[in-house]
Amino acid sequence: MLKYIIPLILFIILAVFLALGLSLKPGEIPSPLLNKPAPQFSAPKLNAPEEKLTPADLKGKVWLFNIWASWCVSCRAEHPILNQLARQQAVVIVGLNYKDEPINAKKWLDTLGNPYNVSIMDQDGRIGIDWGVYGVPETFVMDKTGLIRYKHTGPVTAEDVQQIFLPLIAKLQTES
Amino acid sequence: MKHLLFVFLLMLSCSIYAVDSRQLSDPKQQESYETLTSELRCLVCQNQTIGDSNAELAADLRRQVYEMLEQGKSKEEIVRFMTDRYGDFVLYKPPFKGKTSVLWIAPVVFLLVGLITVFFVIRRKKAVASLHPDAGALQRDVEKQKKIRSLLEKGDRS
Repeated sequence: MLKYIIPLILFIILAVFLALGLSLKPGEIPSPLLNKPAPQFSAPKLNAPEEKLTPADLKGKVWLFNIWASWCVSCRAEHPILNQLARQQAVVIVGLNYKDEPINAKKWLDTLGNPYNVSIMDQDGRIGIDWGVYGVPETFVMDKTGLIRYKHTGPVTAEDVQQIFLPLIAKLQTES
Repeated sequence: MKHLLFVFLLMLSCSIYAVDSRQLSDPKQQESYETLTSELRCLVCQNQTIGDSNAELAADLRRQVYEMLEQGKSKEEIVRFMTDRYGDFVLYKPPFKGKTSVLWIAPVVFLLVGLITVFFVIRRKKAVASLHPDAGALQRDVEKQKKIRSLLEKGDRS
């Protein structure tokens, strides 16, 4: 009897591990920045490069920090979702135009719509490194005190907005 | 044929040259640069180091390492800079921690379990061989076969 039970148990253990392996998403690397203050930056605005934006300017507001680029294919898929979210005016959306040409970025916003309250530029990718960005698009949810409360890697879907973003934003809006 | 050989040689050459070459004046720093770029993972193409990868992010991270070395930062400081932002995943060699202990201990455990199993299997086989009266029979069979073989060989010669 034992002769049959031991291989069976080994098989079950192996199957469980393989099943866990299948459900893992190796593309999603947990960010060590969660619940930490926003990494500092002082970045020129896309539409007015002489003006700078820093995280301190957004104190007291719940905001999304969306990293995007005109060369990024999945950003295009995500864009209508962001436009829709922007129309609801539930949250301030800040865009980080990552390693992009300002002309291309402006053209993109002109043709596809601009969901961002403000877009800032990170042409050499340094702000990206400070925020641990590795796959555009990425979206951070920031609370009123300037802490990173959530990080989403890859394009945000309509489902993500309904199930994750809107509930979290509503919760953060009630926090002081 | 010549063309084929040429293509083959080209294939060989890829692994030899570096993606880009930055030279630090201090040979010690240069060494640190090379070890760091071979120990940090490119997060876009996850099975390459930043030293091997052509990805934009890898190039940016190489630049970051280079600049920090030029500023006189130590290897530890640079590694901390990277893990603060990207987590332990950025390291090809994960540090020994509570979370990663299984990763480090499991191979040793598997090896020990294997060795213990082999030990018991051998011991049981030996015990069976010495206890069983038929054990001698096997030996006799071998002798018989030897005899048969030698007889056959003799038969061949005649």
